[in-house]
Amino acid sequence: MSPLERLARLDRRWIFLMMGILVLIPLLWPLRMEIRPTASSKTFHRAIAAIPDGSTVLMSCDYDPGSIPEMVPMTRTAMRQLWEKNCKVVVTVLWPGGPGLVDKVIEDVALADFPGKRYGVDWVNLGYKPGNEAVMVLMGQGILTAFPNDYRGHATRSLPIMQRARTYADFPILISISAGYPGTKEWVQQVQARFHLPMVAGVTAVSAPEFFPYVQSGQLVGLLGGMAGAAEYEKLRNESGDASRGMDAQSLAHVFVALCIVLGNLVPRRRAGS
Amino acid sequence: MSLHPTPDLSVWVAAFLTLCIFSFLYRDNPFYKFAEHLFVGVSAGYYIILNFWTVLVPNLGEPLLASFQGRGVVTARDGMFAASLGDYRGWLLIPALLGLLLFTRLFGKIGWMSRWPLAVIIGVFAGLKTTGYAQGDLVAQIEGSLQPLWTGNPATTINAIIFTVGLLTSLLFFFYSREPRGAFGVVSRVGIGFLMVGFGAGYGYTVMSRVSLLIGRFQFLLGDWLGLR
Amino acid sequence: MKREVPLFLTAVIGVFMILSFFVPHQVVSVPGQFLQLTAVIVVACGYVLGGANVLRVNIDAIAKQQPGWIYKLVLVLSLLGTVAIGAIEGSQFLDPGRRSRWIYDTLYSPMSATMFALLAFFIASAAFRAFRVRTVEAGWLAAAALIVMIGRVPIGDALTGFLPPALHLSSIQEWIMNVPQNAAKRAILMGAALGVMATGLRVILGIERSYLSGED
Repeated sequence: MSPLERLARLDRRWIFLMMGILVLIPLLWPLRMEIRPTASSKTFHRAIAAIPDGSTVLMSCDYDPGSIPEMVPMTRTAMRQLWEKNCKVVVTVLWPGGPGLVDKVIEDVALADFPGKRYGVDWVNLGYKPGNEAVMVLMGQGILTAFPNDYRGHATRSLPIMQRARTYADFPILISISAGYPGTKEWVQQVQARFHLPMVAGVTAVSAPEFFPYVQSGQLVGLLGGMAGAAEYEKLRNESGDASRGMDAQSLAHVFVALCIVLGNLVPRRRAGS
Repeated sequence: MSLHPTPDLSVWVAAFLTLCIFSFLYRDNPFYKFAEHLFVGVSAGYYIILNFWTVLVPNLGEPLLASFQGRGVVTARDGMFAASLGDYRGWLLIPALLGLLLFTRLFGKIGWMSRWPLAVIIGVFAGLKTTGYAQGDLVAQIEGSLQPLWTGNPATTINAIIFTVGLLTSLLFFFYSREPRGAFGVVSRVGIGFLMVGFGAGYGYTVMSRVSLLIGRFQFLLGDWLGLR
Repeated sequence: MKREVPLFLTAVIGVFMILSFFVPHQVVSVPGQFLQLTAVIVVACGYVLGGANVLRVNIDAIAKQQPGWIYKLVLVLSLLGTVAIGAIEGSQFLDPGRRSRWIYDTLYSPMSATMFALLAFFIASAAFRAFRVRTVEAGWLAAAALIVMIGRVPIGDALTGFLPPALHLSSIQEWIMNVPQNAAKRAILMGAALGVMATGLRVILGIERSYLSGED
């Protein structure tokens, strides 16, 4: 039996093992390959840098623990950039699995890097509401109607940050960090299109390609795609977070998958039933 | 590099469950089945309690109870049905009733009553999605496509031409009312080429996304659990 | 009554929601907002209904001692436990230190993340076993996939760094994403938008009635 024929009968668990090893090794012994920010990441960074200092910004973190490696680094880096500009941040989470995670992520950034930032004054987590597009449009007519209480059970009407954040017209920008539905696409369709609120987005890599048309048409003024986008954003901010540390492993895994595609086409085709 | 496993029992539990799920890669086994069913149970329970405390109580229960005393968000007005924008008081009995009707789905004979709340949801979302897609995905995209082909710069001009050719041929590929023969067939094949490039790029990004999730889990196991530094 | 009333409701509400996009007057905006709030509340009830259904199906399976009923018992106990603890802890059930928060951080979050992490292994396996280039079009797909995969990560530039910047894999993949991929995705977006609009109108006009499935 030739090597290629042997390869054709390869148990897929060997492929699983190789994938696991190739991801593990660079995490233990980093290769420190250089990360070069793309034009897309630069526009995202520039769009947030252009926000007037001290503004109140709307950020929708529509993800859950299934997308932590891609979404959390973007959220952290964006929060740091916003708080350096003294911006106040109103956060919503339209995924049911997300509010606890997002609250912890932002709280950790505050505790570690901005201990002076106070909940209810400098940021608020409005929490979760079901209803997808209906919630987005409902917020347009009155955020307090959609969210009478925040994630921590406080009446939103009583929070200092919400005194000047009642409708979309009160925000200079919407930052959408989203892992799927509901998320960036729905924000573009229901909020950017209807209320003309400028938007930037950080999305998972699997959905990033579909948002390039929105960038080209100007509906999104900046886009981060996946862990690579998050790593580029960290690089632009001179930070070294989880996304940057994961890019070496990402590189080797991609080369492995590319090899799998090439080798898979070289091995003799298996007959049906064999 | 040194090992500093965490003393936090919660992290050990999380790591154990992570490894239980990874064990599926070898083969289906009781550890994986246990973790899978635990996950489904916890998820379902969490979704129930989350929707109860974040929606049913603050958006329905509390305003409805206040309305029975004639109170609402707008304190200047009294009355159970004195509604205004953002303050619906007693009118919230309607969504309350519709929500209850949804549960008739569990009972065979009266299950047809669950169609009424479904009809409300379907009507709202059909209306929102129709206008959302029309404005966001059709009008705005057509507007964005009307770009000048000659930009003054040869590179961007070539890109604009390729983009426009790609867009038109891809759109024409989806025109199924006519057989793809002759000149139309050539146009259709060019469109397929662009679509295949699009799908290939999407596949590349999908690989990146899936691998990122694995990297995240390994970062947890190595960093938070084993404390490898 | 059983079909006509829901169809009428869908039609009236659907038309009203479309109207609310164009008419800002409070005659439209107040009922429109009320309908959106109603949808949010009913969807929340739907989640509770979904959980109740999961409970019903699995309790039934346990009672009949179907194969794997022990695991279904784990499911039912974990569901009831999560609901009970959350109900007792009140609206601040996800505050740090609460038992519900422990369930979220220690059970839900890591298992949710790991379930999706499994996909990385399967995508590699599928790339080897199922990704077959048999036609020219599939070749275009494969070429684009390989260039984007390698060009999007640092190793792409590491391998092609000796070439002029325009020929770096990262530059080529950026061009692919911004030009041909963008054109194709825009065509799909526009086509899908027409499809959604057509389906939305069919539902509102009562031509599409699949959501009314079930016996009268």
